[in-house]
Amino acid sequence: MTDKKRNVFKVLTNGFMKENPVLKLVLGTCPSLAVTTMAKNGIGMGIAATFVLLGSNIVISLIRKIVPDKVRIPVFITVIAGFTTIVEMLLHAYLPDIYKELGIYIPLIVVNCIILARAEMFACKNTVGMSILDALGMGGGFTIALLIMGSIREILGAGTWFGITLTKNLFDPAVIMVLPAGGFLVYGFVVAAVQKFSTLNIRNKEIAAGCGMSCAGCVANDNGGDKA
Amino acid sequence: MKELILIAISAIFVENFVLSKFLGICPFLGVSKKTSTALGMGGAVVFVITLSSAVTWAANKYLLERYGLTYLQTIVFILVIAALVQFVETVLKKVLPTLYSALGIYLPLITTNCAVLGSALLIQERQYTLLNAVVFGFASAVGFTLAMVLFSGVRERIETSEIPIAFQGLPITLIAAALVSVAFVGFQGLFGL
Repeated sequence: MTDKKRNVFKVLTNGFMKENPVLKLVLGTCPSLAVTTMAKNGIGMGIAATFVLLGSNIVISLIRKIVPDKVRIPVFITVIAGFTTIVEMLLHAYLPDIYKELGIYIPLIVVNCIILARAEMFACKNTVGMSILDALGMGGGFTIALLIMGSIREILGAGTWFGITLTKNLFDPAVIMVLPAGGFLVYGFVVAAVQKFSTLNIRNKEIAAGCGMSCAGCVANDNGGDKA
Repeated sequence: MKELILIAISAIFVENFVLSKFLGICPFLGVSKKTSTALGMGGAVVFVITLSSAVTWAANKYLLERYGLTYLQTIVFILVIAALVQFVETVLKKVLPTLYSALGIYLPLITTNCAVLGSALLIQERQYTLLNAVVFGFASAVGFTLAMVLFSGVRERIETSEIPIAFQGLPITLIAAALVSVAFVGFQGLFGL
């Protein structure tokens, strides 16, 4: 019993540190860079992607035994696209500000590698309960990573945090941080900090090389999602 | 004609997909280690985006808008792109085996390249005509290739230099990308866009 409990805990926390999708697995880099000009947008994107991930993980783990192996990728993509459309409509209706800020990056959640990678590595092999935990863990890790990057960029680039002015008399904001170049720069430094304080250096490099080959490459790499 | 040139130049330089819109970062980081692979991937992307711009434009105009189904845009586009990639792969294999073996492994990866879906969505957002859409798609993909090839040159240099342990691998690559991106900021003043 304790073994099972530990397993549950491991699945849930995996996404936060050990396999943080953005900082460790280097998945979903496009939205991480594009929307993190403000902490608020980072959180918005994080929650939207978590919702899609949760929905797609639940549905895919439910239908995993019915779907033939050969057509599983198109089926997964259709499921993910369905949930993305739902999120898009919800945001449009209830949070028009965030909808406007995130723009085309909301429909682009469909091609966010994190979601397809979790479907392929986790949801199609595990039960619904475990898939829910995995989605919450991974989505949480993604949201936190975006929040960290968004906060750094907003504080340095605009001198504000969630719209509250912080650095009025301390220093002049450096606009470069909210420009695209600042995104790459902050991402680079955050990943460097994570590498400095973690023991998984070698693996990180391996994945960075493999993953760029797209999600398919990541999935082929199979980095422990099913072993967890 | 002037409009087309304007669209093309702004898509290549001012709104470069990789360096100012953050589309297609995965292949940009992953396949840019060598100039030759960067060119291979770039070629495949130019081919697919140009085609998909036309096809998704038509799908939007004659299917979705006519029957009031625009809310299905995301689903339809991603399926159209996936089918198109598969189709291109099959046709190339049969008709132009040399090109097929050159683009080879890069083709199937393109379905999940957000640059393809991104360009399709941007085209609808800006309500381009068919010709504008194709020019925009082609030019964006050329911009993507340009950024990748430039960056692969930078990366070949990084390979041989001494880098602090914490920065090895991904971090130094990202910081190099930041510097390349700064260079592209210079184009922003063009045409007062």
